[in-house]
Amino acid sequence: MHMWETIKGSFEYGHPGFTGLSALIKIVYLMLAFGPGLASILTWMERRQSSLMQDRLGPNRANIGRFKAWGITHFLADALKFMVKEDFVPVKAHKFLFALAPVLALAPALIVAAIIPFGAPLCWGHLTEIVPTGTCGQAVDLQIARLDVGILFYFAISSLSVYGATLAGWSSYNKWAMMGGLRASSQMMSYEVTMGMAVLSMFLIYGTLEPGAMVAQQGYWPWQWGIWGIPTALSFFLFLTAAIAETKRTPFDIPEGEPEIIGYFVEYSGLRFGMFFLGEFIEIVFSSALMVTIFLGGWHLPFLDGLADRVPNIAFVLITHGAWIVKVFLFTGFQLLIRWSLPRFRSDQLMQLGWQRLLPVSIANVLITAGWILYSR
Amino acid sequence: MNHDPTATSQKRRVVLGVRDVGDMDAPELPSESIPLNMGPSHPAMHGTVRMVLDVEGEKISNVDIQIGYLHRCFEKEAEHATYTQIFPYTDRLNYISPMLNNVGYAMAVEKLLGIDKKIPERAQYIRVIVGEMARISDHMTCLGAGAMELGAFTAFLYMLKAREWIWELLEEVSGARLTHSYMRIGGVSADLTEGFMPRLRDILTKSRVVLADVDKLLTRNRIFRDRMDGIGIFNKEDCAAWGVTGPVGRSAGLAYDVRKDHPYLVYDRLDFDVPIGSVGDNFDRYAVRVEEMNQSMRILEQAMDQIADGPVLVNDPRIVLPAKSETYNSIEAMIAHFKIIMDGIRVPAGEVYSFTEGGNGELGFYIVADGTGRPWKCRVRPPCVPAVALLEKILPGLFIADVVPTFGMINMIGGECDR
Repeated sequence: MHMWETIKGSFEYGHPGFTGLSALIKIVYLMLAFGPGLASILTWMERRQSSLMQDRLGPNRANIGRFKAWGITHFLADALKFMVKEDFVPVKAHKFLFALAPVLALAPALIVAAIIPFGAPLCWGHLTEIVPTGTCGQAVDLQIARLDVGILFYFAISSLSVYGATLAGWSSYNKWAMMGGLRASSQMMSYEVTMGMAVLSMFLIYGTLEPGAMVAQQGYWPWQWGIWGIPTALSFFLFLTAAIAETKRTPFDIPEGEPEIIGYFVEYSGLRFGMFFLGEFIEIVFSSALMVTIFLGGWHLPFLDGLADRVPNIAFVLITHGAWIVKVFLFTGFQLLIRWSLPRFRSDQLMQLGWQRLLPVSIANVLITAGWILYSR
Repeated sequence: MNHDPTATSQKRRVVLGVRDVGDMDAPELPSESIPLNMGPSHPAMHGTVRMVLDVEGEKISNVDIQIGYLHRCFEKEAEHATYTQIFPYTDRLNYISPMLNNVGYAMAVEKLLGIDKKIPERAQYIRVIVGEMARISDHMTCLGAGAMELGAFTAFLYMLKAREWIWELLEEVSGARLTHSYMRIGGVSADLTEGFMPRLRDILTKSRVVLADVDKLLTRNRIFRDRMDGIGIFNKEDCAAWGVTGPVGRSAGLAYDVRKDHPYLVYDRLDFDVPIGSVGDNFDRYAVRVEEMNQSMRILEQAMDQIADGPVLVNDPRIVLPAKSETYNSIEAMIAHFKIIMDGIRVPAGEVYSFTEGGNGELGFYIVADGTGRPWKCRVRPPCVPAVALLEKILPGLFIADVVPTFGMINMIGGECDR
């Protein structure tokens, strides 16, 4: 009986068991359910949305019995196909690295979700009561890890995905894959610089690196969000551009460039290819989530100021989480739009754009923002 | 500690040796050239052609283009077929504008028969109409595919949508979507269908909208222009020396269009311009093709206004099959039908070179007849072969990524190139 009490005690608020369990639930929800789930739907949405743009039908046939739902189940058919396809490994490939590369491509895409706040804090023990903002004693953040390094953690982890692409290209023993890997590494490293510089001015404005604090500083009204203001709008544009380059999508899909070099995953098939494929879409989901966090007010539901003072805590949390999902979803849709509107750069033009145009602009943006902050104080 | 900077620099100098620092540019990284097989099964090598590239990094230092992967013995097969039976083969030469091949071949045989001046006027207009429709569909496919290979997938599907309208109408006229075989020696197999003219006018209106959409998507798109401008420059002298004609030659300033310089059918009665490029790069080839589509639409509108009723086949029982009702009801017609089908149309001995403006340039047919119903020799001058050959001179110095738009804008068609 005594032991049972001890175990039970460790699961009370503030004790390690509670912290661990709540973190686990958040990890399972965000990294295993939400991220891959939305990414799977995006694989269908990309094709369906593009088909609407291009005046054609697109995938609409897959069904489970009579359940068709505009063909959403295509992603299940895709998953099944990936699973039953032959797992081909080139004879001269480096077996270990060949197997490791898809993991290195997929894992960082999932891990970066750790710092993203996906809803208002939950007030443990007062779920059904009205809890005005900032008055809760037992808050559970809807954020897996509240790190002081915040966004830097995102950069540290997301830059690891370069290894996935580079190693896939190198280990495949194929000249085309090798070129794809080289292109991927040079592109992703170059654009990370711009990405970092773009967000640096946001650090200056918010005075923090912690995403949760950034969201808290942005208000309910859309004009209180991070994107408004000349330096921040420019940061948003730069960050968006660099983020698309990081996710290796048109117009920056040079490492893949189907008609040119086919890409670093040319030798991959089955589930291993599926991991690259899904990893790319998960990257889109979480880079959108990060941009929503920094620039678009995070989980704040626009126009509903003071909602926390009117509805029970649990309803408030669910509403804000819903608002966050909708924002992320719309933003991923916007990223898909870009892909189907623009052609692809050439690798040297891409480097020129990154180093000679975007980087100077982003550095100037940092300096102007810094001067502006200094002046306005 | 006594620190003497000169001692350090002295020491460094010994390690590195004396360098020439006059050139402050970053030196090229040492690289070895590696051979790289592009094709025959490569997404950019439509119609299966193989390019063996020597690349240094991504820069091409040498290229060996190997054609022939789609060789289907057109010329040899033609020697065993009657003159009429060759039409289906010509459909498969340039398979994105089969009507133009049909027209070119029919005109060559008619020239041998000496009836090229006797083709009914309505048939000539129909040939111009379906030929220009094929030219528009040819250019739409080329530009659309070229844009798609640069990642502009939407432009491609817009173009194909418009091409599909044209092909549906051609199917209505000829009975087949791609393998039309609509021409006959002495005219065309059947008159235009009812309601053809209004439908064609409707298609032209809708196609202009599509072309305007694609124009908005591509022509002033910075990324597209960066990929096309100044890449793969053909000069006029090379084009003239190698025999590059058509949109590729015209983009380089070679003002040669068979329709203008050697008018055939009724082209001399139609008012149209021949667009000429100034630079000869990929963008010029794109722009020339876009303008040619506009001119083809002008031609179509004029031809639709001018066309008059009348027969669509010459009235010559040695060349034209008798009507089906007569074939089944009179012995003479039955025999005539049998003779033309079995022996073929008797073409007097002689040789001819007849050329028309195909989708890619001068499409020539050289036929040697020996007096039987089958050609002794039937040779095609495919317009895209010289351009592909000239590519070997153009590509070195470009990047691998430049092969895609350059090759795409040549519009090499395997069926025509390899025959």
